[in-house]
Amino acid sequence: MPRPPWFLILVACLTVPLLLRPAPLAAQTETPLQDLLQSMQQIVASPSRARVAEVLDALQQADAPGTTTFLNRWAAREVYERPEDGLFFYGREGAARSLILIDIDTDADIAEVTTRDVNQIRVNAGVRREIEAAMVSFELLNPDPARRSAALAAIARSPDPEQIPLLEAALEAEEQAAIATRMARLLDLLNARFATDSAIRVAAIEGLRGDISTEARRALNQILATSAELAPEIPAGSNVARIRVPGQDIDLLAAYQRLSDAGLAPPRPGRNAIRDALRANVVDGEVGGIPVHQLHTDEMRRATYRALEAAGSVPPLVTQADIEAAVAEYVFFDQYLEPDPAVTDAARAALDSTRTAISLWQFLSLSIDALSLASIFFLAAIGLAITFGVMRVINMAHGEFIMMGAYTGYVVQTMIPNYTTSLIVALPLAFLVTFAAGVAMERTVIRHLYSRPLETLLATFGISIALQQLAKNIFGTQARPLTSPDWLAGSIALNDLVSVSTIRVAIFVMALAFLLILLFILNRTRLGLEVRAVTQNPGMAASMGINPDRINMLTFGLGSGIAGVAGVSIGLVAQVTSEMGANYIVQSFMTVVVGGVGSVFGTLAGATLIGALQKGIEWFNPGNTLAAQTYMVLFIILFIQFRPKGIVALKGRAAGD
Amino acid sequence: MDIPRKTAARPRRRTLFQDNPSVLWFMGLLGLFTLGVTILSEGFGLGLISTNLVKILGMTLCLCLIAIAMDVVWGYCGILSLGHFAFFGLGGYMIGMWLMYARTEIVIRGSLGRGTIPPTELEVSEAVAAQIFGVVGSSELPAIWMFAHSLPAQLALVVLVPGLLALIFGWLAFRSRVTGVYLSILTQAMTLALSLYLFQNDTGLRGNNGLSGLQNIPGALDVPQSIISMWFFWASAFMLGAGYLLFAWVVSGKFGSVIRAIRDNEARVRFLGYNVEGYKLFIFTLTAVISGIAGALYYPQAGIINPAEIAPIASIYLAVWVAIGGRGRLYGAVIGAASVSLLSSWLTGGGAPNIDLGFYRIVWTDWWLVLLGLGFVLVTLFFPKGIGGLFDYLVRKQP
Repeated sequence: MPRPPWFLILVACLTVPLLLRPAPLAAQTETPLQDLLQSMQQIVASPSRARVAEVLDALQQADAPGTTTFLNRWAAREVYERPEDGLFFYGREGAARSLILIDIDTDADIAEVTTRDVNQIRVNAGVRREIEAAMVSFELLNPDPARRSAALAAIARSPDPEQIPLLEAALEAEEQAAIATRMARLLDLLNARFATDSAIRVAAIEGLRGDISTEARRALNQILATSAELAPEIPAGSNVARIRVPGQDIDLLAAYQRLSDAGLAPPRPGRNAIRDALRANVVDGEVGGIPVHQLHTDEMRRATYRALEAAGSVPPLVTQADIEAAVAEYVFFDQYLEPDPAVTDAARAALDSTRTAISLWQFLSLSIDALSLASIFFLAAIGLAITFGVMRVINMAHGEFIMMGAYTGYVVQTMIPNYTTSLIVALPLAFLVTFAAGVAMERTVIRHLYSRPLETLLATFGISIALQQLAKNIFGTQARPLTSPDWLAGSIALNDLVSVSTIRVAIFVMALAFLLILLFILNRTRLGLEVRAVTQNPGMAASMGINPDRINMLTFGLGSGIAGVAGVSIGLVAQVTSEMGANYIVQSFMTVVVGGVGSVFGTLAGATLIGALQKGIEWFNPGNTLAAQTYMVLFIILFIQFRPKGIVALKGRAAGD
Repeated sequence: MDIPRKTAARPRRRTLFQDNPSVLWFMGLLGLFTLGVTILSEGFGLGLISTNLVKILGMTLCLCLIAIAMDVVWGYCGILSLGHFAFFGLGGYMIGMWLMYARTEIVIRGSLGRGTIPPTELEVSEAVAAQIFGVVGSSELPAIWMFAHSLPAQLALVVLVPGLLALIFGWLAFRSRVTGVYLSILTQAMTLALSLYLFQNDTGLRGNNGLSGLQNIPGALDVPQSIISMWFFWASAFMLGAGYLLFAWVVSGKFGSVIRAIRDNEARVRFLGYNVEGYKLFIFTLTAVISGIAGALYYPQAGIINPAEIAPIASIYLAVWVAIGGRGRLYGAVIGAASVSLLSSWLTGGGAPNIDLGFYRIVWTDWWLVLLGLGFVLVTLFFPKGIGGLFDYLVRKQP
């Protein structure tokens, strides 16, 4: 029997890995990053601070896809080396403490191994800093401007002193003016906070003068952060923001509390402490010789406490005189965390310089909000401006017409999935639906009640109640969404202080369009002429050959139809519920009454006034819409006292009565 | 109210009851009803009427009281106020403050008294405030609760708060000659403002949580609800009778003629030299006060009050009741309020059997409001006199 060829087996075992070795090379075009790393395998596998720069330079030169991910994971020690072939992989934890290797280039799972089979590449702190700096400059010097902007945004999110030299270098190389400006400002922000030299910091802060962006103000406010301090006298070299005089700038008891918290004075037993001390010293139903049942006033409790204090069983009571004496020993002051007064002075000056600009921008923002709210009020009220304002019919179901329009929009949206198309279909359809409803209501109910306005109010209430419940029965009680198309979903931002969502701009435009259409119909068309004639004098109009019945019907239909279209647009910003109309009805009437009954411009003025007022009140009392609405209604009640006919009062025969 | 006397020759003086035969009828029926409920009640009689039903009946009597107030201000004086339920709610809040404070104080004193040392007054009021206002994240007693510990003070406020609000609001509104539908809208705005105000958490009346546990009467905490419900039933019946008598007196005689004249033609009454604003203000304020009292009796029976009760829609329902019952006659308002509110609670409370039509199932909770709304439209259009108008046919047959 021949001897087994041990030698050959040994040779085979040694050569097979060598034969397998060229495999990755064959796939060269698909794994650029792995190949690049393999060309510097030694340095990548055991990176040292001295040599890591070579790898980083090479990576930056090649700019292979996935480089940033690799750098991130490399620094985070998530890269592994397989000892058999020296290839690098990312790793993530698998089940039962195993490790799943992930291909660097394709991001595909390669194999499941144990942690012993592979070497984790350990990156020390020095190397990690190098890698992170490289990542930033890698992005900052990237030829793609979008990538550079993104890198700047990332720096702004997490500022770090290390980024200063990188930014300086990038700023010199930057060619695009807009990005360069942004870089310079970011550099100022970083320098203002982190630079070591006081002069550089002051200069950087000067550069931020007049900058109203949130990040600049945040940086300045961080420089101006203070801490509350107390000391027998102000220590030399401390950067004092303000001195607080006890009793004036700071409550006496609070000052004493701070003293006792700092251990500089005995704690003052409060009411609860006294009660607890007495409770702890009850002996046979008595405390210090006083029966427990007498201890139901603060005076008795204090007297008893004094008795205990004399016996030495409780800490002493601190009197007002004690407090004053103790507090007088110390100076209470706020001290800047930043020790350099030049820096804090510059920061304060820079912050003060933005104050006027900020209040102006805030006022602009408030005005835009008010205008937006006013256009919603106007939309809700403009149908009423016709039915109530021109025809003098009190239609309490007007709000339900708004709701009907909004639900029409919702139903159309469930049928037509494209939001833009559905909106284009919904607007005229809502008009038709509510026009029909309005005409039906005018024919069946309101026609019989023209001479009895109070009864009109009641009958339309009845209709309103019925319609609301009907909507509840059909659509349920939960709010239905009316989604706006994507091109209306964003917002337009002027700067950090002023931004307005596109949908609100659209609503404003729509309100404006309604105003113009209505003015055109009323003043420039045959129908408008006849409407005005019938409302002024139905008898005379009839004798001129106008059919008042027909005109009343059409006018009421027009007002209702407009309410329906308004409902679709209101539904885009508010929730569509069966009660949405009821929420607008009182305000709509207020808008018409405040503006002046009978005038479309009056309704516009009323809506503007009410919108401005509500936003103005909200500004004084932020976040409390309910309070704003309350005070607004009160204001309207008072306003009607002084101008009972509204802002735009009709004069002469048109005023009617 | 000083009414200038213009006529020298006056007709033979007639008594109140001769002017209003309905008063005696009403009193008799109310007495019989009260007696009947008492005999059939759980607390004092046969137990055929559950405590819950006694409460509903007692609450209905309170609603009848505010309905006749509404009838006087609207049906007789022509002011369609859409704010009287706000006065009703305010009355409820005022008594609710005492009920809630006093009961919480008893509970707190009980628990603090079990400690080794008796509590001080300050500790008690702080603990009460923390207990009541913990739900809105506050532990201080707001300034408007400063009289909440005292029953007489809060009873006075039941009258004063709605009265003063009505006086100030009415003075402002009538002074600037706001009339008709404009006045209705203005009163509705007032109601809306009040309910929005009360909905806020920081206004000191517990925001939309409202006041609760009002059915427990401090000082009678161990008396069963079956007895307490009867007490309130009697009190409601008594106040309804007294209110009916008061309003019957107010709307009869010369004063009544003047306010009816204001309803029919305000300008003419003014030209005759009457102080129209004074009359209207008096009626508006008086009915607001009675509404407040009705609310103060209603909410201890309901057990809870929250701002939703004051919402404008409640006052609209009030107008609906009066219109369906028949405006301009006090018994009409009572009939309307009693029938519609009882029917409403029967149909929406799930008591009524649903009707299966085969293809559709009529669920009363869903369809009652639709029916009420449309019925109201029909009444307004075709029967302006309401149910009370039927009595005219009966009376006319007699010589």
